[in-house]
Amino acid sequence: MQTTQTTVPWWYPLALRLRIWATNAAGFLRDLAGHPIALTGGLVVLLYVAMAIFAPQIAPHDPTKGELLRRLEPPVWAGGSMDYWLGTDAQGRDLWSRIVFGSRISLWVGFVSVAISAIVGVLLGCLAGYFRGALDEVLSRFSDLLLAFPYLIFAIAVMAFMGPGMTNLLLALTFKGWVEFYRLARGEMLSEKTKEYVAAATAVGMGHLRIIVSEVLPNIFHSVLVLATLRLGVMIVTEASLSFLGLGIQPPTPAWGSMVSEGRDYLTTSWWVSTLPGLAILILVLAINVFGEGLRDILDPRLKIE
Amino acid sequence: MRGVKILERLLYTIPIMFGVAVLVFLFMRMTPGDPVDIMMGEAGTVAPGEMEQLRKEFHLDEPLHVQLYLFLADAVRGDLGYSYAYKKPVTELIAEQLPATIELALGALLFGLIVAVPIGIWSAVKQYSVVDRLSMAGAFLGVSMPAFWLGILLILIFSVKLRWLPVTGRIDYTAGLQVVTGFYVLDSILTGNTTALVSSLKHLVLPSVALGAGTAAMVARVLRSSMVESLRQDYVILARAKGVRETWVVLKHALRNALIPTVTVVGIQVGVLLGGNMIVEQVFSWPGLGRLAVRAIFSRDFPLVQGVVMVYALTFVLANLLVDILYTYINPKITL
Repeated sequence: MQTTQTTVPWWYPLALRLRIWATNAAGFLRDLAGHPIALTGGLVVLLYVAMAIFAPQIAPHDPTKGELLRRLEPPVWAGGSMDYWLGTDAQGRDLWSRIVFGSRISLWVGFVSVAISAIVGVLLGCLAGYFRGALDEVLSRFSDLLLAFPYLIFAIAVMAFMGPGMTNLLLALTFKGWVEFYRLARGEMLSEKTKEYVAAATAVGMGHLRIIVSEVLPNIFHSVLVLATLRLGVMIVTEASLSFLGLGIQPPTPAWGSMVSEGRDYLTTSWWVSTLPGLAILILVLAINVFGEGLRDILDPRLKIE
Repeated sequence: MRGVKILERLLYTIPIMFGVAVLVFLFMRMTPGDPVDIMMGEAGTVAPGEMEQLRKEFHLDEPLHVQLYLFLADAVRGDLGYSYAYKKPVTELIAEQLPATIELALGALLFGLIVAVPIGIWSAVKQYSVVDRLSMAGAFLGVSMPAFWLGILLILIFSVKLRWLPVTGRIDYTAGLQVVTGFYVLDSILTGNTTALVSSLKHLVLPSVALGAGTAAMVARVLRSSMVESLRQDYVILARAKGVRETWVVLKHALRNALIPTVTVVGIQVGVLLGGNMIVEQVFSWPGLGRLAVRAIFSRDFPLVQGVVMVYALTFVLANLLVDILYTYINPKITL
C-alpha cells in the first residue's frame, strides 16, 4: 500500500517569500507616494544614477579633451554658447560633460564604499552581538579605537600613506566606515536575541548561522537600509573632499571635488568652473539626505527626528 | 566622587591613544616602498651614506617590533620625530600651528552655536510656523553642503564681488601684531592693538562660517527636536500652571533638559570641525595644522603626517572627554 502524503513543492517557500517582499515593496511605494519630499529626493537620485550610467550618451563632448581656443567660456545664460552650455574650464573642456562623467566617480565610490561597510559591519555586528565573548570584546575595542579618529582625517591619513587610486580610496572610506554599521547591528542583535522568536527558533533546533541570517537579519534590515542611505551622502562628500585635496581619483578623470579645486585659480574671472561642480555635489547629497530621512520616517519611525 | 570618575575616564584615554599610535605606526610601515627612498626621491639627489644614516635615525634597520617600541617610547616622551621638509622637530611645528587651528575651530563652534541655539529654540516654540520650516530647510541645506564649496562661494561673494572681507591668511602683516600666545584675536586684545584685532577678526569670519555652517545645521536640528520633546513634558505644564513666565519656562525648564542631546551632538561636531578644518584651512590658506598636514602629505613628510594625525586624535579624544564631563554638570543624574 502506498501512503499518500501531501508534499509542499520545493519552490513554495521561495514563492511565499517573494510574495511577502512584493507586498512589502508595494506598501513601501505607497508610503513613499505619501511623502512628496522624500519621493522627489529619490527621483533626483535616480536621475543622477541614470546620468552616470548613460554618461557617454548624455555628454556632448569628451570630458578629458579640451579646445584651448575656447577656454573659460561662460555658461549660456552669462553670454556663452549652446555648444558648451555650462561653459568650459581652463583647458577648454566642456564643464557639463565633465560634471556628467564626474557623477560616475561619486556614485560608484559612494555606493561601493557604503555596500562594503554595511556588509562587513552588519556581519561582524551580528556575530559579536549573538556570540558575545572574546570576539565582541576585541571588535568593540577596535571600533572604539577607530572612533578616536575624526572620519575625514582618518581617510586623509590612509590616502596619504597608501597613495591615490580607486582601490585605496575605497579602502580609506571603508576602513572606518563599517564601524557605524557594526554598532547598529550589534545593538539590534543584543535586543533581538532576547525576543521570543529567537528562543523559538533555537527550540526547533535551528543552527546559529541560520538564526542570524534568516530570522534576525530580516528584522534589522530596515534600520540598516536607513543608515546606509544616510551614510551614502557622507561618503560622497568625503570622496569629494579627498579629491578636492588632490588625494582622490587622479586627473584627467573628472571628479567633482578636484573640479572645484581646479576652478579656484579662476575664481575672480570665471566663477562657473569652481561653483557648478560643487552645485552638482550639493544637489545629489541633498537629494540623498532628503530621501534618507523620508525612508527613516517610513521604515523606522522610532528614529524620527521631529 | 566626580573627581575620581573624571580621573578614571582620563586614564581610559591612555589605551586609546596607545592604540592610535600603534595604528598610525602600522599604516606608516604598510606604505609601499622604503620611506627613506620615497622621501629622498622627492627631495632630489642625496648621497647613499646620508640615506643609510636616515634609515638608522628612523630605526628602519631594526626589526618591526623594536621599531614600534622605539616609536612609542619616543612618542611618550613627546618626541614625534623630525620633519624632513621643514628641517624641524615635528612637535615644534605642531606647537606653532596649533593655535591657528584651535582659533578657527573655536570661531566655527561659536558661529555654529550663535546661529543654531536661537533658531533651534525658536523653531521648537513655533513648531510648523514659516520660520520653523524655513530654518529646517536651511539646516538641511547646511548638513548637505560640502564645506569647501561653501568656502568658495563665500570667497566669491564677500571677497571677490563685495570686497568686504579678505580671502586668505590670518592677519594683515601691516597690523604689526606682537605674537604672545599664537591666538591672534587674544594676542591683539592682550597687546591692546585695535588694528590687529579688527584685522584678525575680519580674517576669521569667512573660514569660521564655512566650517561652522554644518555644525550650526546639525545643532539646530537636534536642539529643535529635543526642545519639542521637552516642551511636552509634565514639568513644563506644571511650570506654566504655576504661572511661571513663558520665556522662563522655555529658557530654564525646557532648555536645560533639551541640552543633553545637544551637548552630545556638539561633542561629535568637535570631530567634524577638526576634520573639516583640514579642508577649510586649505580653501582659505589658513596657516594651521590642517594645511600643514596636507603639505606634509604631498611632500611625503611621514613623521609630520604621523604626528599631526596623532595630535588630531588626541584632541578629539580629549574633546569627547570634556563633553562627558560637561554632561554631569548639566544632568547630575548621569554618572560617567
